[in-house]
Amino acid sequence: MKFKIKRFNEKNGSYWQTFEVPVRTAMTVLDGLFYIRENLDNSLAFRASCRMGICGSCAVKINGKPRLACETQLSKFKEVKIEPLDNFAVIKDLVTEFEGFFAKHKKVKPYLINPKISYENPVEQIQTPKQLKAYYDFTLCIKCGACYSVCPAGATLESYLGPAALASAYRFNADSRDHGKEERLKIVSQPNGVWRCHSAMECSEVCPKQIEPAKAIQLLRRATLR
Amino acid sequence: MIECDIAIVGTGLAGMRAGVEIAEKSRKVSVALISKTYPIRCHSVCAEGGSAAVLREGDSFELHEWDTVKGSDFLADQDVVEFFVRECPKEIIRLENWGCPWSRTADGKIAQRAFGGQSFPRTVFAADRTGFHEVHTLYERLLSYENVEFFNEFFLTNLAIADGRIQGISAIDLKNGDLEFFKAKAVILATGGAGRLYGFTTYSHQVTGDGIAIAYRCGIPLKDMEFMQFHPTGLIPSGILMTEACRGEGGYLRNRLGERFMQKYAPEKMELAPRDVVARAMWKEIIEGRGFESEHGPYIALDLTHLGEEKIEERLPMIREAAIKFAGVDPVEEPIPVKPVQHYTMGGIHTNMFTETPVKGLFAVGECACISIHGANRLGSNSTVECLVFGRVAGERALKFAENAKEPEIPKNFIKEEESRIYDKIGKGDENPHAIKKRLNEVMDTHLWIFRTGEGLKEALREIRELKRRYERVVISDSSRKFNVALLSTLEVGYLLDLAEVVAMGALLRTESRGAHYRLDYPARDDEHWLKHTLAYYTGKEPRFEYLPVTITKWKPVERKY
Repeated sequence: MKFKIKRFNEKNGSYWQTFEVPVRTAMTVLDGLFYIRENLDNSLAFRASCRMGICGSCAVKINGKPRLACETQLSKFKEVKIEPLDNFAVIKDLVTEFEGFFAKHKKVKPYLINPKISYENPVEQIQTPKQLKAYYDFTLCIKCGACYSVCPAGATLESYLGPAALASAYRFNADSRDHGKEERLKIVSQPNGVWRCHSAMECSEVCPKQIEPAKAIQLLRRATLR
Repeated sequence: MIECDIAIVGTGLAGMRAGVEIAEKSRKVSVALISKTYPIRCHSVCAEGGSAAVLREGDSFELHEWDTVKGSDFLADQDVVEFFVRECPKEIIRLENWGCPWSRTADGKIAQRAFGGQSFPRTVFAADRTGFHEVHTLYERLLSYENVEFFNEFFLTNLAIADGRIQGISAIDLKNGDLEFFKAKAVILATGGAGRLYGFTTYSHQVTGDGIAIAYRCGIPLKDMEFMQFHPTGLIPSGILMTEACRGEGGYLRNRLGERFMQKYAPEKMELAPRDVVARAMWKEIIEGRGFESEHGPYIALDLTHLGEEKIEERLPMIREAAIKFAGVDPVEEPIPVKPVQHYTMGGIHTNMFTETPVKGLFAVGECACISIHGANRLGSNSTVECLVFGRVAGERALKFAENAKEPEIPKNFIKEEESRIYDKIGKGDENPHAIKKRLNEVMDTHLWIFRTGEGLKEALREIRELKRRYERVVISDSSRKFNVALLSTLEVGYLLDLAEVVAMGALLRTESRGAHYRLDYPARDDEHWLKHTLAYYTGKEPRFEYLPVTITKWKPVERKY
């Protein structure tokens, strides 16, 4: 199968290169990338780790759509065209700069805020299955960047917090154990927050974990108006 | 040169838990968290089934101790196990307090389920994504502290040791390719296991034993490296982990004849016998021709169909997702094709029960270390919580050390030599490092698998040494600086080769069968000669071996039956 890869390095700039990869059953795009690195070109840079869709390393654009390379089966394609994620600066080949993405996540105070807990003498808090369910789906974000790469608001305003960070803010605001809702609402209602979202819903469309960041943003908007 | 009080290398569960401990105890000391990937990309996120802790009536510390010691085939150090089980509950509650979405009982308490080798269902879980949620909870917690700084995508290359104590570390900043030096009063290694020695493995691609190999090369002994765990249920053909919780929730293992064959091997515990017992039983069924056949080789059926869609969706959602995505099988409808798969490194950097290595100021914790609570066979759900319990201890000890330590100094010649080693000396030949690694994986999958023989181990050693010779002529075919994956993988293969030799030699020397180390030519456990830990020392040539007594406090070794 033909692997057409958009490559980049400082010396040669950006260019396309095509590799021929032998395919066997149950082979994924990531398997193909490793085949190229191990047999055809040791220098091909891409990120990968768990190869089971849980670490979030390997999101790239495959045939025009951001996906996790590790869980994308080759059987569904005749050939593959692979590019780095949009809206992220390219470092080399398919490796992009994620520092800004993680910095935005940090900005929303994505941790449980509860002044009453004791480090030395922790006490179990009760949380019913129903209370757990209220936020659980939003804990599943693997920070792969797929949502951010298709976000029109992120493309036009670099400081926009973006779908992943805002979904994370909602995750904690919806947690029955949390006491930091007001602080977070203040952060997300700033000009680079929830009101910047264009409601294009692209993020929910491409999320490999079906998290629906757009829904989280809607729910946060409602909360800021209360 | 980056200066910090404490450098933590590795940001999986153990490293991050150490970071939290330090930040909770002191907002003054500076902590550098250094990792090869971004923290939430660590291999700990792949842990699925749960973490063990005594929480409820009917269970006891003694039972958790006994299960762990018996599971270890009596090679665990019992004083460490006693301490460990008493710390587990607090760690589970702390994670709860920091936001971990533990699965709950109907009345809102932390839920528990059964795991292999347990006398009581004591495994706390967050659906079947336990490691993922634990990692994210710790990472999020760390974001709330001011004195913790992350250095993402920094690849450890060496430890600076002088005057018998740690002075700092060196690491390649992958984004720009520069060799960076971290001066630190204390260093904690939490770099994970060595699973990518094997081809068929549950491990993430990045788990190449870097920290273990570097410590070894620096003269720190490695303990019990011949004990590699094989998890019974790896999805074929990828090796992706199908959690033990599949069986904990009631799943069956069946051979081609439809038999629940564990009846023959562990009549009492059946599918919930410890991993070494179940993996051996499955491999025997396969060898004797009772496995299913497929284009990816023989397999055993992991049958969840009788559990029903509702339970599978609630308790094992990721397993269902993975089986569908990676094997095209919906476990609600049909059994999952699995076979035993390399899964865990019981051995590691030798430490005492306080996570201290023989080098002052250098600590090791988590899978890269061997503090010895797992002995010859780890029980499922004891490793994630080990990272929490001893991550905390490592943080506590490192902080105490750093607060009383003299200013460190990275020797000038260390800097010069390391730069020349990385950029000038390696990679001027013509051997493809990936070809060497592929052959190494085949050797390990063949000769250091579930059943071992003296002959096979000798053959493995011969092959590994041949590969080491080839490695001397390795080529790094990319001379650019930024994100040089050719350099990275070449260094990784070098680490793996050193470790492979230790594993194979340790296995050859240990002429008995204990836990996960099973010798067809020595099928019995031999307490008289082998109730002891292996210590392997780097010499520059082949490793030198010494042995260390096992600490036995209250549980005398007896026959191990399930």
